[in-house]
Amino acid sequence: MSSRRSRTSSSRMQSSSSSRMTDEQIHDLLAKLQALLPEARLRSNDRVSGARVLQETCSHIRSLHREVDDLSERLSELLANSDINSAQAAIIRSLLA
Amino acid sequence: MESKSLSRDCNNPNPDPKMAFHFLRALLHIQQSAATTSFTGRRRRIKRAAYASMAYSSGARRAWSRALIHTLRRRRQRQQRARTAVALPRRIRVARPPRREVAAADQAQVLRKLVPGGTGMEYCMLLEETADYIRCLATQVQLMRNVVDSVTNS
Repeated sequence: MSSRRSRTSSSRMQSSSSSRMTDEQIHDLLAKLQALLPEARLRSNDRVSGARVLQETCSHIRSLHREVDDLSERLSELLANSDINSAQAAIIRSLLA
Repeated sequence: MESKSLSRDCNNPNPDPKMAFHFLRALLHIQQSAATTSFTGRRRRIKRAAYASMAYSSGARRAWSRALIHTLRRRRQRQQRARTAVALPRRIRVARPPRREVAAADQAQVLRKLVPGGTGMEYCMLLEETADYIRCLATQVQLMRNVVDSVTNS
């Protein structure tokens, strides 16, 4: 581990390079991620391990992806049945409010 | 400022106008061709518009958004090529070996696959990019909910 890993050889990154970063830095970043988790998944407990935060983060991302899928389906139905041109004013108002 | 949106969890009406306009414009465009597209086709295009508006709102500033833009373009090119391509009789499809799910001993590895561009990132960068990606996803979801509510209630 004497030489710095060059930025170009990024295809096979090992997480062992984390030993190069300060533990505090990683702890801060993990805390930020934990703060982003919805309350159901968050155990406001300082002792939550890094692996647990990552696991919950992965679940959260997957559920967000699923929500995008569901909402896309919903919007697909709505686009067929309603004319969003007329709803446009209402939408823009709500988006800019 | 009062929000006219009737969505339930609307504590943050829309913090990203760029995302909103991009998505809305795409939706209008999709609707204009609604008569000729199938439900599945429409849904796919809406989903693509969602990820595109996410990616373009962050643009080149973030590694995940750059990777996502790249992926979207590559997919589109592939689709366009597939549409115009003539089936070549010589082309032999090689069967891929079935992909077995690797035991996720390393959660970071799982995360890399979920975040665009994640496989090429150092651990710290992965954590930072993930946070930004999640925030952006949540904003996009909220935006889509707002649109659904507005259209439903108009």
